[in-house]
Amino acid sequence: MNTDAAARARLIRAIAETVLAHADELTDLDQAIGDGDHGLNMKRGFETVLAESATLAEQPLPAMLTGIGKTLVMRVGGASGPLYGTLFLTLGKTLPAEPTAAEAGAALAAAVDAVKARGKSEAGQKTMLDVLVPVLDDLKAGGAGLPARLAMVAHAAAEATVPMRAVRGRASFLGERSIGHMDPGARSSALMVDAVVAWLEEQA
Amino acid sequence: MSKNVGIVIVSHSPDVARGTADMVRQMVGDDVPLAWCGGNPDGGLGTSVPAILDAIDRAWSERGVAILVDLGGAETNSEMAIEMLPEERAGRVLLCNAPIVEGAVMAGTEASAGSTLEEVRRTAEELRPA
Repeated sequence: MNTDAAARARLIRAIAETVLAHADELTDLDQAIGDGDHGLNMKRGFETVLAESATLAEQPLPAMLTGIGKTLVMRVGGASGPLYGTLFLTLGKTLPAEPTAAEAGAALAAAVDAVKARGKSEAGQKTMLDVLVPVLDDLKAGGAGLPARLAMVAHAAAEATVPMRAVRGRASFLGERSIGHMDPGARSSALMVDAVVAWLEEQA
Repeated sequence: MSKNVGIVIVSHSPDVARGTADMVRQMVGDDVPLAWCGGNPDGGLGTSVPAILDAIDRAWSERGVAILVDLGGAETNSEMAIEMLPEERAGRVLLCNAPIVEGAVMAGTEASAGSTLEEVRRTAEELRPA
């Protein structure tokens, strides 16, 4: 995997620009079953990440991911700040500067565990974990078609949150009425997986 | 430095946080270090880790600080803020699982009696629905 400064800068831009391009959609999803601020919050966080991308990309991959995590924690504002912040902070803490596929899998596993602890949640509760956990499982399964396969898994998993009933977060207040809408956090996670997969394919 | 436990109020709404702090102040005057924050980093409804860290600093007491929150994001952001505190402070800041207004008033009143951080939290949490 090429993780030089130019590649790192492309990775940051890929993630941030994907989130920013879908900010309105994330807000619409959150208006249906939450407080309607997911897109705005993510936009605030990733605009700052994008603005700092040059400085962030100068650092080795682990420090860069930690930097992204800190920025999200400090800027996003909603629960998604600490949740995505924890994801990136844990990746930064766990990944070596030039990770192998196995090390990337181990780091993602640690990051998903940290998100579970931060959100006191598990898969099946209509959250971002309903995308992250299947993506992690598929990555661990290995075999042909990686990493492209992960993007398909992520989108199918986000779709699969539509019939779920929310148990965590503001959407849980709606009870049965949370059924029938895609979880905004699942959608934003699938978008990030998309961006990372596209970046990995461009590296290959 | 106060001899009493400090109280921090974290709401999505600055109006709710300020109003709650006013109600605590009415009970305890200046006996209890008290700080509030509310709103996201752009001033809209939401919570903000830097603002919570700042509020903990303003309400700091060597006896510790109890935090009262309203909804999920306030809790998650407060837990994140607690983890980011310098090590010597982190063990002395607790989140109370209690309704924000009633919890803050009860916690503040308990704190004004010179109670420990654990006692302050327990009193606030007695309000928790069974």
